Amino acid sequence: MAPGILQAKALTKSFKGFYAVDGVTLNVEEGSIHALIGANGAGKTTCFNLLSKFLEPTSGSIVFKGKDITRSKPDRVARLGLVRSFQISAVFGGLSVMENVSLALQRGRGESFDFWRSPRALAHQRPRAEELLESVGLSAYKETPAAELPYGRKRALELATTLALDPEVMLLDEPTAGMATEDVGRIARLIQTVAKGRTVVMVEHNLGVVSELCDRITVLARGQILVEGDYETVSRDERVIESYIGGGGHE
Amino acid sequence: MRLLTWTVLAVGLIALLAVPFFPQVVYPIFVMKTFCFILFACAFNLLLGHTGILSFGHAAFFGSGAYITGYCVKYLGWPTDLGLLAGMLAAAALGVIFGALAIRRSGIYLAMITLAMAQLVYFFYLQAPFTGAEDGLQQIPRGTFLGLLDLRSDITLYYVVFGIVAAGLWVVWRTVNSPFGAVLRAIREHEPRAVSLGYPVARYKVLVFALSAGLSGLAGSMKAIIFQLAALNDAHWHMSGDVILMTLLGGMNTVFGPAAGAVLVSAMTHYLDPFGAWVTVIIGLVFMSCVLLFREGIVGKLGKILKLNTNFQTDAAPAPGRLEKSKSEG
Repeated sequence: MAPGILQAKALTKSFKGFYAVDGVTLNVEEGSIHALIGANGAGKTTCFNLLSKFLEPTSGSIVFKGKDITRSKPDRVARLGLVRSFQISAVFGGLSVMENVSLALQRGRGESFDFWRSPRALAHQRPRAEELLESVGLSAYKETPAAELPYGRKRALELATTLALDPEVMLLDEPTAGMATEDVGRIARLIQTVAKGRTVVMVEHNLGVVSELCDRITVLARGQILVEGDYETVSRDERVIESYIGGGGHE
Repeated sequence: MRLLTWTVLAVGLIALLAVPFFPQVVYPIFVMKTFCFILFACAFNLLLGHTGILSFGHAAFFGSGAYITGYCVKYLGWPTDLGLLAGMLAAAALGVIFGALAIRRSGIYLAMITLAMAQLVYFFYLQAPFTGAEDGLQQIPRGTFLGLLDLRSDITLYYVVFGIVAAGLWVVWRTVNSPFGAVLRAIREHEPRAVSLGYPVARYKVLVFALSAGLSGLAGSMKAIIFQLAALNDAHWHMSGDVILMTLLGGMNTVFGPAAGAVLVSAMTHYLDPFGAWVTVIIGLVFMSCVLLFREGIVGKLGKILKLNTNFQTDAAPAPGRLEKSKSEG
């Protein structure tokens, strides 16, 4: 297998002896949409937090664009082009929709410690911000405080904010979690559009979305990889069916 | 509406500029002291209101400003302007140390760390040979400002203090509205998301700590020059409590709300002086009723009422017009 844009080797995370992620090796190919699925407690979210560096791995290594990021800080990997979203929609609630996107855009200027500068220094990025809001259908809400948006719109805003950084790899944590059916379709289409020319790794529960969008699927169970392949392969695998039914039976 | 705002501001400005000529109406030294607290509270609010960090050790910065300025002017014979600068820079440096240690935790633990460090600073000023312990650092000469303005005159001093506080408040306002300030708000609203956007959050916090501490120190420095005294209660934890009180009374989600809180607290301690120990009780009652009646503070509440009014006036017609205009442009 050719080395992908994001690789994890024998990634392990233990919490006081409990192995939440146990020797996971992943190879995410550039330009693909890669899904991590599995029953509750399979280690998807931990794995996700390890890849985005919000958690330190106990052992193993992570390589992004040929660079070892195993011990890098999360803000550092974000600046390298590996940007994550959150399961609970992460918007800056007290700020307007426009300000949310603008905050991501201004990152491009460097580290902006310029407390003496007027906000006019950011005026030039407004057209780009409007373009981004247009692309996720939020043009009508520019001045609305993000906290007042309905849930589905918040996810759209989060996506626009992530896109503003123009990341090479987007890590999406359950982008359709807790959404009404009509919103799920809209967000799925949106992901498909924005994924062009990018690599996406997503944790997702909704198998419809996974089958529709994802090129490659890794199924986790008890912190380890159960199966990996395209939707056809994975959905026919007996262990996967069993794991899902087994996992589902307890809920 | 706008005309009214400007008129109120202009009248207020003229009244403030006229203060030193009417000492029988309001005592200029009291107004100057209030100015210092205004700057102190607004600087403190850079952390509490705009970054979401509660420091319980700001007296250390205020007191350090006072003591360092006093020491430089009295014992080293520095001109007053350099003394003020030294006080401010020393406080800012202390702010970097406090910040770098405190931001490893958050919430109540962060507050406790700043309190502990401020107590260390307090005991340093209690024990250090130059501070005069309980008597304070007395008889600090006022000197001249930039070698031109003789600060022994209360009138000259008043205008110099007025100018410096105005400049300090401008720095606060500019910081809040700068691209840097936008990142601070992002940290306040959702810190992990700010990290995931690639912002090195720790460095932002240390820088805002330094800014807040430096301006707080400047406020303390000026108080030392005005009263020619740097006293232990400038560095006492009561002072840290007072500045929190002022900020919450005025409204922490506004830029200048803490100024209103500072005026209120300062005026209460000044004019209610005849009531002696009851002052604390009265301030406590005022604080309780403010928190119960308007949680967003005096200025926050006022702003909401005014905004509601302007919304009624403007929303009816021009809003859809604006929308159409932006459509035709795009």
